[in-house]
Amino acid sequence: MASTIRVRATSSGETTEVQALIQHPMDSGFVKNAKGETIPPHFIQQLTFEHDGKNVFIADWGGGISKDPYVKFTFKGGKKGDELKISWVDNKGATDTTTAKIQ
Amino acid sequence: MKLRSAIYLASAALSLALLTLASTLPSGAADKVDPVADAKAFKKFFTDKFPKVKLEDFVNGPYSMNEDLHKQWQEKEQFPPYEFSLEMGKEMFSKPFKNGKTYADCFENGGIGVRQNYPYFDAKEGKVITLELALNRCREANGEAPYSYVRDEMAALTAYMAFTSRGKPMDIKIPNDPRALAAYEAGKEYFYTRRGQLNFSCATCHVQSPGERIRAEILAPALGIVNAMPIYRSEWSGMGTTSRRFTTCNSQIRGVPLSPQDDEYRNVEYYLSYVSNGLPISGPGARP
Repeated sequence: MASTIRVRATSSGETTEVQALIQHPMDSGFVKNAKGETIPPHFIQQLTFEHDGKNVFIADWGGGISKDPYVKFTFKGGKKGDELKISWVDNKGATDTTTAKIQ
Repeated sequence: MKLRSAIYLASAALSLALLTLASTLPSGAADKVDPVADAKAFKKFFTDKFPKVKLEDFVNGPYSMNEDLHKQWQEKEQFPPYEFSLEMGKEMFSKPFKNGKTYADCFENGGIGVRQNYPYFDAKEGKVITLELALNRCREANGEAPYSYVRDEMAALTAYMAFTSRGKPMDIKIPNDPRALAAYEAGKEYFYTRRGQLNFSCATCHVQSPGERIRAEILAPALGIVNAMPIYRSEWSGMGTTSRRFTTCNSQIRGVPLSPQDDEYRNVEYYLSYVSNGLPISGPGARP
């Protein structure tokens, strides 16, 4: 299975724009399936973007975020060739991590 | 309530009047089946209606109709929501069946870059074969269970096959065979026939009102609508095949959908693909 995280980070000198798409069901725990059984909650609780040993972006999420979430933000600093480390942890303890080079 | 039903009646009458106008426009000679003239008239209808839209842009559905949406879409295309499905399809396509054969053995050119030839009319069977049907037949011929026609695996496979054919012009042939012409004509008839509690035909939305809003959505033009299949719809938060599009369209007009890959649906796909001949394949697509 390929990574669940897609990242594209581009540096404009002063700032770096980061876009990420994450594959995750993000079940809120309030939805029923076709049989009427509740689909148990299964969502990302924390998403972290790390640059140069510092967290530049942390999202504390719950079941209100949509399936396969998309994130876009900018942070000061970052230059071409630097590494970003992205990871998430969900409420079942599953996790995924990937690294991306800033373009 | 009274006022509302009066409005409904009035608008129904108006759309009926408009539709008789619209349906007489693209058909020309109604007594004789003439696909070539049909396709020409069909394209002309849309290019006259939307003189600013480039012909090859029609395949982008609602995004070709609205500038703001177009901008959003271009941004979205950097990170297309169908990407996960596409990757899954690529993996599935190359994975051999239990008997060691692959999908590539069922299709000309190994299934790469052939999406524009589907659906085609099969002279042996005397019916229209769509890509979805061909894929499931391929599975069954190799001793695998068929997939559901509506989403997930089928959408992933067709997404990958469409992706390898991107940019190639739709190339549907109608052989000189009365059965093929009949299938084409039946598809056209289905497309223009009103049904369901709302009494809509496919054309009510996709010929008469593309670019207009239906609730919060912008309607896509019928021209090139099949070129973008399968699609990721934000409304579905997932992928859907041509079959899914047809069945949901039918239930949205409060009609009873047929089962996926029913004869009539395949004929509609045949008709729609034929009149979109020459427009590039743009699937998999993303839609609001």
